[in-house]
Amino acid sequence: MILAAVNSQDLWYTTRGSGIMALLLLTASVVLGISQIGRVSGQSMPRFVVAGLHRNVSLLAVVFLGLHIATAVADPFAPITVADSFVPFVGTYRPIWLGLGAIATDLLIALVVTSLLRYRIGFRTWRATHWASYACWPIAVWHGLGTGSDSRVGWVQLIYVVCTVAVLVALGWRLTTRWGGTDPGQRTLAAFGAAAVTIAITAWAFQGPLRPGWAKRSGTPSGLLGGTTTTTTTSPSGG
Amino acid sequence: MALRKQQLLVVDPIACEAHGLCAELLPEMIVLDDWGYPIVAAGPVPPAARVHARRAVAACPTLALRLVDAPNAPPSPSRGEDTQLRHS
Repeated sequence: MILAAVNSQDLWYTTRGSGIMALLLLTASVVLGISQIGRVSGQSMPRFVVAGLHRNVSLLAVVFLGLHIATAVADPFAPITVADSFVPFVGTYRPIWLGLGAIATDLLIALVVTSLLRYRIGFRTWRATHWASYACWPIAVWHGLGTGSDSRVGWVQLIYVVCTVAVLVALGWRLTTRWGGTDPGQRTLAAFGAAAVTIAITAWAFQGPLRPGWAKRSGTPSGLLGGTTTTTTTSPSGG
Repeated sequence: MALRKQQLLVVDPIACEAHGLCAELLPEMIVLDDWGYPIVAAGPVPPAARVHARRAVAACPTLALRLVDAPNAPPSPSRGEDTQLRHS
């Protein structure tokens, strides 16, 4: 097995890197998906390209998520099991924040499987399931901020901000064009919901992972804390 | 390969939401009307266009485009020019 040959530090770095890659790809997938609903196209980007990109970027996100989970499980430092990766809130390592990742993973699996079986399950069922993407993305971001060892690193914070702005702009665009649905009440509700979730997670981030001592408060097993404090002290300013 | 069953391309007009991907992927058989809805060429899918037809079917965002087996009768000698179009 290849994973057994590399040292633990490499696994942990791969977990962190692939998590950030998955975030970027999921963000691109959400933006492309919304673009597709809004019939976005151009001379150099016909609609089937937007659709194909949405599909392939999503599948690539699954690949990076697989790497993210496999290396997290294989890494001997953090006690994360396969079960923790798919069943929320059962683990011992930062259980709440890891649990959010498990929920996002389960939702993403459901989204991909239903999309691949679209012709079997029918359009209505597929469409109903696909609304889960609007839950999957923010839960994945929340997981990243809560579990991520890099939440206090400037350039990682910049990625979070850019991804959030990208999704909010796409969503705002959808809600203000005729592709946002016909019911003005639903649009208003969606807009307020998105704003509330953004404000809530941002406020929580400033109280939680962005302040010192999060490693302990987030539920890292106390035996591991001696090693993790050194990684947070060297964070560059910014973000 | 020569004995492959003839297939027809049909559009479900209720499900179609005029995304237009089918016309991008299969211009040989599909043109869009003024409102962006597809007009499918009459007759079975020519063998050369089969792969493209399957791609167009798979790409339809609302699953409104389908390939169905043609009725058993041998392909009707074309009822006119190749360019003749009809609504499906």
